[in-house]
This record gives sequence, structure tokens and C-alpha cells, in this order.
Amino acid sequence: MLVNRKLILAHFWLAFAVFGVALTLGAWQMFIRSPIGTWLSNPELYYRSLTAHGTVMGYVFPTLVAMGFGYAISESALEQRLVGVRWAWAGFWLIVIGSIMAVIPIALGRASVLYTFYPPLIGNVFYYLGVVLVVVGSWIWVALMSVNLRVWRKAHPGAPVPLAMYANVAGSYLWAWTAVGAALELLLQIIPVAAGLKNTIDAGLARVFFSWTLHAIVYFWLMPTYIAYYTIVPRAIGGLVYSDSMARISFILFLVVAMPIGMHHTFADPQVGAGFKFIHSAFTALVALPTLLTVFTICASVEIAARLRGGRGLFGWIRALPWDNPMMLALAFSFVMLGFGGAGGLINMSYQLDASIHNTQWITGHFHLIFGGAIVIMYFAIAYDLWPHLTGRELIDVRLIRTQLWLWFIGMIVTTFPWHWVGILGMPRRMAYFDFGDPAIAPQALSVTFSAIGGFILLTSGIMFIVILARGMRAPRVDAGPYRFAIAVHQSKTVPVALNTHALWVALMIVLTITNYGYPILNLALGAGTSVPAVYVGAQ
Amino acid sequence: MSTRDLFTFSNRHFTIGVGVIAGILVVTGIAGFIVLPFAQPWVQFANVWDAICSAAGVPQRATSVTAPEQAKRLSEVVLTSRTLSRPSQEAIGRGATLAQRCAICHGPTGISRADSPNLAGQYAAVIYKELHDFRSGARTNAVMSPFAVNLTDQEIADLSNYYAYLPRLPAYHPTPQLPKPNIVIYGAPMRGIAPCGACHGSLDNKTGSPWLEGQSEAYMKAQLQAFASSERRNDISQQMRNIARAMTPQEIEAAAAYYASQPPDVVKAVD
Repeated sequence: MLVNRKLILAHFWLAFAVFGVALTLGAWQMFIRSPIGTWLSNPELYYRSLTAHGTVMGYVFPTLVAMGFGYAISESALEQRLVGVRWAWAGFWLIVIGSIMAVIPIALGRASVLYTFYPPLIGNVFYYLGVVLVVVGSWIWVALMSVNLRVWRKAHPGAPVPLAMYANVAGSYLWAWTAVGAALELLLQIIPVAAGLKNTIDAGLARVFFSWTLHAIVYFWLMPTYIAYYTIVPRAIGGLVYSDSMARISFILFLVVAMPIGMHHTFADPQVGAGFKFIHSAFTALVALPTLLTVFTICASVEIAARLRGGRGLFGWIRALPWDNPMMLALAFSFVMLGFGGAGGLINMSYQLDASIHNTQWITGHFHLIFGGAIVIMYFAIAYDLWPHLTGRELIDVRLIRTQLWLWFIGMIVTTFPWHWVGILGMPRRMAYFDFGDPAIAPQALSVTFSAIGGFILLTSGIMFIVILARGMRAPRVDAGPYRFAIAVHQSKTVPVALNTHALWVALMIVLTITNYGYPILNLALGAGTSVPAVYVGAQ
Repeated sequence: MSTRDLFTFSNRHFTIGVGVIAGILVVTGIAGFIVLPFAQPWVQFANVWDAICSAAGVPQRATSVTAPEQAKRLSEVVLTSRTLSRPSQEAIGRGATLAQRCAICHGPTGISRADSPNLAGQYAAVIYKELHDFRSGARTNAVMSPFAVNLTDQEIADLSNYYAYLPRLPAYHPTPQLPKPNIVIYGAPMRGIAPCGACHGSLDNKTGSPWLEGQSEAYMKAQLQAFASSERRNDISQQMRNIARAMTPQEIEAAAAYYASQPPDVVKAVD
């Protein structure tokens, strides 16, 4: 039951429009930094572009997808009209205003601080205020998801919450809490300096606050992807979810252990104690658990589909899968990229192994493979799956969709594998320029060139994606029927209260944040002499 | 079972959830704060509490070690956003009066007719820092130091504001404009040299760095050589010394000749 289709479409269209712009900037950055491009002679322009790319891809694009998808889930899984539609529009417009507010200083070169802020570098105050508005807009969505679930519970006392909504609300709570770290950094530290009220800043504390946000935000980006794995893919390929409880356990595990692990981003930071780094490292290892559970459950669900289609044998069933179905293709690509990216992630989170790749291009390769690859390809799949239900029109060209997914997969592999490789060779990240004429790095020129070509394959695929959706707006009308989610093999009538509510897991998430972040934050916040003078972008 | 019964030990999920998490926290805590610190044979701890404090990142002061005496003075200038903000007309006027004694070398309009730096339109922060350094002895020069030694803080601020207020004029002997050499525009990444233009204009400006367009070639060359030999040492954190040491004599020539040949109207407008 999708009633507020305009609202959902607005979120998706804005998300994909800004995605298209940021993707173009990304491809340009890869080109200009590679041996095939002529150096700009102006690093500031490069960092300006990099800031815009990161801010859009990190804050605006995935947040809008999660919000749009969240509203769609709330209406179709709960089968009730969205409560608080006006508030939802208010949230949307806050994001629009925030994005414009943030982009203008970036375009003027007044906020080339990268999306990770990097104090003591300080940009124009409107950049940060814009980011705050985007976050506030998304918090309205968090509140609405909670309210809608509450309204539904009142009408259905004791009934199991549909899996899609359960996971969706878990994702929204994760986002609400993980955004607090960056919000504290912005409101207490950066904005007072950017507004001229102070001129020193505790950069170490700011980095700890940001690590609070920076890792769990990845799991917030991941939530729509995982929801699609569990609740869309099995239905789309004609299968059933292998286990409803396993799915719920995976989502609550994300809620609990995605949060207190961010300090593996600060392994090289001297202001954080080694003991806390170890604890965060250990908890990061735990976060592999829900992913492994998911891989198992989804493989089992897919096998069910294959066997229902007549697949036989230990591995012979794989051939019986509907490989011409874009959803099947997207899932397979997503899993391959998740596998490689996850394996790389295990290296990043290991306290000692990290030392060999910290701050190299390996890291850039890693998060592009996971986020741009495994996660975003499922965003495409979600859009393709929802589109006919949102527009009332059919997406006719399935071949084009398949080509688009293939290109994205190939492009992402061609981009990120050489990136990992040059990272191992020691190439630093966040550099605007490399002198490939120098004998010391000349051998890396070939890998970097491949990587840049991959960037253009991705750009081609991204343009195709937008064209497919745009053409879908003008295709012949069709009745797509109600939007359904996959059902489990054993659809239980009752679910234990712990797996039907979020309170226990949210409480654990907050407690673990306090145990794992409390002391380091207090230590830095109360310690004297930890602030350094701010460095203003473009100041003289 | 209602939500009320969720947070009780009779609820299996609560007990297992909380128990497992607490167990992991305790085990990783013991490993991270006690076992691993002692596993480092190169670090000595007095007792377990000492190890825990170290692993938690409690700042420790090494009381027995005293900082070595600096043989030479370093720059002590501190710039904040309020140091030189919004000069009054009176301040600029006072600066103009004081500047009369500078004119013999730096020119009556702030454009030198010798090989002294041109000061007309230079950033206030730059003049402020150099005068302070001359006064404190962080930078020395047989001619300049005696002038600076008796200046008050107010006089230094006024002079800085006055010269920053003057219009940027062409050099006394303009030379044909040269193309940008690599060292200015690319630096030399493999030798750790950032492009000159990243701080000194052409690409970007950083606080405390002067713009160099139209300055005397001989002066800039002499300063780079002085940085390279550590004869001049008032740069913060050895920024310029590290760069100048790694530069080849040809690069020093090229950078000095390039900046000397530029008209001041190409100074990037960032202020």
C-alpha cells in the first residue's frame, strides 16, 4: 500500500540527482590525479571537488535513499498510511536547504575541508550548518519511523512486526545515535570556531567524536542493502527467507556492535590509549558476525529458490537460478564485492596489520568497494524494484538494466583493485597530485591508469541508471499491484519480545558507547592544553 | 510477554544478550589493559595500575626530564584572528609616520630601490611576524635588527597595518614575465617539497606566508640560501628550512627569477 508515492519519489530523485553530480566529480578526480590527465596546477580545485564528492556521497545520497526506502517500507510492510506526512516533507526540505547551504561555500572554495572535516582545518560556517540541517532532516525521519511503528503496534497488539519494518527502525535508531558523535563535534567544537567565537580547537577530541560517527554510519548506509537482501531478493527470485529469526538477530547485532568500534579509524592517533584501541578492534571483529550470518541466510534463501525451480545436486542448483533477473545479478555482484571488501576490512581493523595500509590508497579502495560497490549496487536494485510501484509504469528494458549492473560491477572492480594494490605499495591517499615521471612511483602509473578507466566505466553505468529511471517515468502505464516483501519458510505467529522490540538493543548500544568512548572523550575534554590554533581555509 | 518483562533476568534474551556483551567487554578489557601492556618487553610498568593507566591513555608527565636549552632564539609570534583585525585610520596614520624611517631601504612608497623587500601591500601578518622576530632576535640582520629592537608592540602593529594598506605597485625595475617553473607549481613531491605557490600565492596562500610577486631576485635567492644553511631560522617548525635544504641551486634560481618577474596584480585575491 504505497500512498505517498510523491514523497518517496522526491527522496529517490533528489538522491540520484546529487549522486550523478558527485559521481561525475569522482571520475574527474580520478582522471586528473592519474598519469593520463594533465595536472590542473591547482590543488585547491581538487580538494574542493573532493569535499563536494564526499559530502554528497557520505551524507546526502545514502541518507535520502534510506529515508525514501524507509517511508516505502513503513507504508507497504505495515499496510498503513504514513503518519506525519507533513513532517516528512519538512525533513525533505531541510535536506534540500542544508545541501544547498553546504554546497555554495564548497563551490566558492571556502570549505575545502573534505567531508570528514579534519579540524584544525576550518571552513565557512555555512558548510557545517548545511550538514547539520541535513542531519536534522534525517532525524525527523527517525522519529517518524518510530511513531509509525508505535501506531501500528497499538492497532496490532502483540503481533510480530514485519521484518522489513523491524530492520528499518533498527537502522533509523542506529543512525540517530551514530550521528550524535559528529553532531557533538560540529556543535561544540567546529561551529563555534567557524563562527569566530573561538580560535583554537581540540583536534584530537574532534577526531574521536568523528570516529563515533564514521564507522557506524557505514552500517546505516548498509541497512537498506541488508533489508533488500532479506526482504526483496528472495521474493524477486521466487524464493523464501530461510530464517526470520536469523534476520532479526543480524539486524539487532548491527545495532549493538556497529557503534562502539569507530576507534579503529584512529589507530595512528596518539591521543587515544592503546587499550581502547584494542577493545574497539575486538568489537570490530564482532561486526563480521551479522554479515556472516546474513551471507549464510541469504545463500540458503537463494538455494531454496533454486530448488523450487528444479535445481539439483550439491552445487548444481546454482545453474537453476534466474540469472537474467536483475535482482539476482545485483545480489551476486553485491556479495562478491562484499566478500573482497570485507576481507580487506579485516585487515583495516587489525591493530597491527592496519599499520601497513593506514592512510594509503588501500583505504580509499576499501570503502569504495564496500559502499560504492556492495551497498550502492543494491540501492540500484531497490530503485528498480520499487520504481513500477512508485510510478505506476513498467521498467521495460531489462537488458539495459542488466548491462548497467554489469558495468557497475566491472567498473568498481577495475577501480578499486588497483587502488588496493597501489595502497600496499605505499601510495598515500588525499593527494591532489603525483609525479609519475619520478622513478620511485613510475611503476604505479599503470595501476592508477586502470583505476581511472574504472572510474569512467562507473560514470557510464551511473548515467545509464539515471536514464533507465527517467525513461521509466514515461513508459506505458501498468498496474504493479501491492508492494510485497519476502516471507519466511516458517512464518511464525509469535516472535519473542526481545526480537520484536528494539529497547534492549538500543540500551546495549548506548551502554557500549559509554564504556568504549566515555573515558577517552572525558580524558580529552577535561585535559588542559590539548587545543591547537584553527587553520582557516583561504584565510590570510 | 510484554515489554515490561524485557528487562528482567527471567527473560532469556536479556540474560544472554547482556551476559555475552558484558563477558566480551571484560575479556577484551583484561586483554587490552593488562595482558597486552605487559606483553611488550620494551615497556616497563611499575604495577598493574600503571599498565592500565598507560593503556587508557592517561597523560603522563615525565618529571625527571628537563627540556634542553635552546642555543638560539626561535620565533615566539602568536597570531590569532584578533591580532590585526580592523585597523583604524589613526593606526594606519601612526604607521605611516613610523614608516618614514623605513623608507631609506624599503622605498617611500613601499617599493625598494635596492634589493630590500618591497612592503607595499604585503600581508599585515607577515610584517608583524618579521618585525617581532627581528626584535626578539629570532631573525637577525645587521641593518634591520637595530631598527626593530626598540619598537613597541603597538608600533609593530601600526607599521604592519600601514604597509598592508598601501596599494600593490610594480617593482622598481620590472623584468619580462617568466613562465611558471615546476618548483613553483608542482613542487617536488618525492623530495617532500610542496609547490612554492601553495603558500606564497600563484596557487593558494597560507597565513604568515608573504606574497612574493615582484620582490628582488637577489633578496629571495639570498633568503633561500640562508634557510638552506640554517643561517636564518625564524620559520615555524623548520618549514622553509626543510624545503630550502632539499631544493637544488637551479630550483632556487628558477623560483627567485620567476617571482621577481611577476607583476603584483597577479597576487591571488584571497583577502
